[in-house]
Order: sequence, then structure tokens, then C-alpha cells
Amino acid sequence: MSEPIIQIQHLNKTFGAGPTAVHALEDINLAIQPGEIFGIIGLSGAGKSTLVRCMNLLERPTSGSVVVDGQEMTKLSTRQLNRARQNIGMIFQSFNLLMQRTALDNICFPLELIGTKRPQARKRAQELLDLVGLGDRAGAYPAQLSGGQKQRVAIARALATSPKVLLCDEATSALDPTTTLSILELLKELNEKLGVTVVVITHQMNVIEEICHRVAILDHGVIAEQGTVEEIFSHPQTEIGRSLVYPNGVQIDRLPPANVIRIAFNGGSSYEPLIASLAIDCGVKVNILGADTRNIDGKAFGTMLLGLPQDPAEAGKALRYIQNQPDITVEEVSGHV
Amino acid sequence: MFEALSAFWAEYGQLLLEGTRDTLIMVGVSTVFAYLIGLPLGVLLSISQPHGIWPHKWFNRILGWIINVGRSLPFIILMIAIMDFTKLIVGTKLGVPGAIVPLVVSAAPFIARMVETSLAEVDAGVVEAAQSMGASRLQIVWKVYLPEAVPSLILGASISIITLLGYTAIAGAVGAGGLGDLAIRYGYQRSVPSMMLATVILIIILVQVIQSLFSWLSTKMDKRLR
Repeated sequence: MSEPIIQIQHLNKTFGAGPTAVHALEDINLAIQPGEIFGIIGLSGAGKSTLVRCMNLLERPTSGSVVVDGQEMTKLSTRQLNRARQNIGMIFQSFNLLMQRTALDNICFPLELIGTKRPQARKRAQELLDLVGLGDRAGAYPAQLSGGQKQRVAIARALATSPKVLLCDEATSALDPTTTLSILELLKELNEKLGVTVVVITHQMNVIEEICHRVAILDHGVIAEQGTVEEIFSHPQTEIGRSLVYPNGVQIDRLPPANVIRIAFNGGSSYEPLIASLAIDCGVKVNILGADTRNIDGKAFGTMLLGLPQDPAEAGKALRYIQNQPDITVEEVSGHV
Repeated sequence: MFEALSAFWAEYGQLLLEGTRDTLIMVGVSTVFAYLIGLPLGVLLSISQPHGIWPHKWFNRILGWIINVGRSLPFIILMIAIMDFTKLIVGTKLGVPGAIVPLVVSAAPFIARMVETSLAEVDAGVVEAAQSMGASRLQIVWKVYLPEAVPSLILGASISIITLLGYTAIAGAVGAGGLGDLAIRYGYQRSVPSMMLATVILIIILVQVIQSLFSWLSTKMDKRLR
């Protein structure tokens, strides 16, 4: 594995002091690899926004180390920090465009900051507008653009100085589902085309599912678990992990007192043939009591609760059949009566 | 009616024209100088706040305190209190030049607060975005705060200018010239009611014109209203 582009070690962030102090982040350790799309998910107040702001030092960590592209960010002078930030683009939930500037001039803004000549800056800005699919809106002011278009301009602006990292702070939270998907597609495309490392902060699991390679779950300022999106989806280890992966929950206490098993799909094919083949191959009919499954890259992830027949022989037969399937784990559910 | 008007004009027309000219000079010159002082002070007030881009608590408090002192003195008292200072700066306590110094001293703190209010309207998120791009503080002031606040700054300027117009009339009471001077000398001391009426009408017209012009300009400059 190559050198991480972002390495965070033993990071703590405390707001205030004394008895009223708020520990926003506690002992955070993260290593984000170059070129990956890394998700950080958590409920509101979990510390996600603070964590992402510690990466470009918009928030200064109380203690710990933040290394971005080989530079220890916490040790830089103001001037060095400003230069380092030109290598870290950022987009926001509320877009944060300059309202008195056109789309083109918004993208010129970071180039002006580093003294790029006007004609060159405009040329680069136009290329970026084309790249995000808004080539014909150069002269439009933000007030004339839709939410999705504004975020596209913001993305173009964040990429103007060709940063290696793009931080996205709830970048799709203010957008409708369709627009969210199109922005996520764009981020994925830019990640592939430009090789830019993308860090995505969100409270929406579908955002992680859609574009992330790896994910960390943040809960009350602590990383509850992290791993590949597949791992987290198939085997969330923590309570917070399960509640994020299955937001609707599978409510066991409302199930009938029968032989109930929980099966987890770990990325085998689809889940539907299993139930059908169970009926055909063993002649056993099971009840699907609840299911929360997702299709990620054509593979099935998720859990399903099955009610087995009352007859112990039939139930055992079904259980053995399921246990023999690849990419499926079975667990018996107890305490539901 | 027409004869009465032309007789009035023959007697006082020249005075009224000169008075209007003097008022406009006093307002114009003192606005420029008051902004040269008040605008930077307003920016400093704004950025030195606890959540500003240059947080300096004590600097902010002391500057705020000085500005409040400047604003608490009624103009006529300030004008008399700083007469020696005025003489030191422009060489006279009287006339249009003598009025401009106290007008600037009085308006600058007022303008500083107006500017502070305008800058407070700039979205903190936009400032944060600029910081995330590595903008220096000076760049944030020049390229974010001031340009983004332009419509509000223009509206603030109209309020400042009209306030200054009011002050020039007070300055007239102590021999500064202008329309206020005419109103007091002719309208009040010599009891020429038509002169009083004429100066009042002229001042009303000035206020209306200034306000309409700046409101129009503010709307025209505001790219959020498209």
C-alpha cells in the first residue's frame, strides 16, 4: 500500500475548557489512500464537520497529527498553511459561492489568490466549467443557478488549482435525490479522470453506497468502525453501524414466536434465488419476516429475517441448506418472545 | 404669484444657489474623508470580533469603545469642543472648511458602525470557503467582504450622507454656510418665512434625490436580485 495522502493520528479536538468543555473528537486515527473516495458517516453532532475541517486546519486540532500530502499541517506557518490549502479543495452543503461574481469569476477566484494572470485564469475556469457540464453558464450569477448547478460551480472552483484532495462537507445534503445522484456521479467521474482523492462527509448512507470505496463511522467524536464499504455493509460491528446501514431497522420484537434466523448476504449474487431454490430444492417454505438488502455493484448485501417452519425436521433442513450457501452467514435470533 | 416668485428669486436666488453649492461641497468632501477613516475602522471592528478572521478581543473592545464615544457626542457640542483642533487642521474655525473637520470627526464613527453592520451580512460560509482556498486575511477583506457587501454598503452610504446633510444644517448655526446657515440667518433671525420655506424645500429635494439615487444603485449592483 502506498503512502497515505491524508494521515490522521491521535487527533483530539475540544471546544471550550473546564467543566463545560465539549470533546468533539477523541483519538481519531485515519489513513486515506491517494486516489480513493473515502466516506465519513455519522449522525448530526457526531463531529464529522469538525473532523473534515481538521484536515485543512479550518479547525485547529487540540492535539494530534494531521499529515496531508507529506506535510504536517499543524506545524505550518500561516503563509505555508495557505499554500498547503491550495492543494486541498473543499465544497460545502450551502455551496458558498460568491454571490456578486459570475460562475466563471467564482472559479477564477482561487486562481486570483495565487496571482494567475486574468486571461489564463479565465481560460482555466472555462475548461473547468466545461468539465462539470456548465460550459454555457459562464456569465450566470449564482442566484440564477439551481442548487445542483451551484454545487457544480463550487466543485469546479475547488478543483481550479488542481488539488490532490477534495473535501466534501455534506455536499449533497441540500439537494434533491436526483440531483444528489448526478453530483455523486460527477465526483466519481472526477475521481477517476483526475485521480483526485475525495473525502466525503455525509449522514446519508446512500451517498457512501454510491461512490465510496472505504468508510469510517463516526459516533460521538469517536471512530466506531472503519473498513471497505462491502465490509461495513455486510457486517456492521457496532450498534451505530447497524443503525446507519439499516436505518429502518428490522424489529425483532414484533415477530411471531417461531424459529427465526437472521441471514446476512456478503456480496454473493442476488438474494431472491435463495428463497426460491430453498422451496424447490428442499421443499421447505420459509417466511420472509423482514429484509433490508442493497445492491452494490451488482452484489447483494444486507440482512434478512426468515421464519422457519414449526416442524423441527423441516426447519433443520432449511437451516443446513442455507448454511451451505456461499457468501451467506446465518445466525439464530433469540430473545424475541 | 409669478411676479412674487421672480421678485423672491431676484432677491434671494443667488444666495440659495450658493447655499446649495456650499451644502453639497460640505456633504461631498466630508463624506469622502469620513469614509476614508470610517471604512477601515468598520472593517477592523468586523474582523477583530471573536469569530472574525482576525480575532482580537481587546483591540475590538477598545476600538468599539472609542467609536461609541465619538457617536455619543451631539454634533453641535462636538463641533464646538474640537474647534481648536479644527483650526489646527484647516487653519480656520469658520465657513465651509471649518465645518468639514467636525463633520468628518462626527461621521467617521457612525460610518464605521454602518460598515460593520454591512460586513456582518456577508455569509460566513463564503468567508470559510475563501479560507479553505488559502486566501490571506487581506485577500478576504478585499475580495470577499467588501465586494460581497457592496449593495449593503451603498445603502449604508445613503444613510450616512443624509445624516451628514442634517449635520451641515446644524453647522450652519455656527457660521458654516450652506442651506442651514440661510435658514437660520434669513428664515429665523430676519424673519423671512419664504426663505425658510425655500431652504426646507431644497433640503427635502436633496434628501429625496440622494436616497433614490443610492437605492437604485444598490439594486442595480446587487447580483443576487436577478
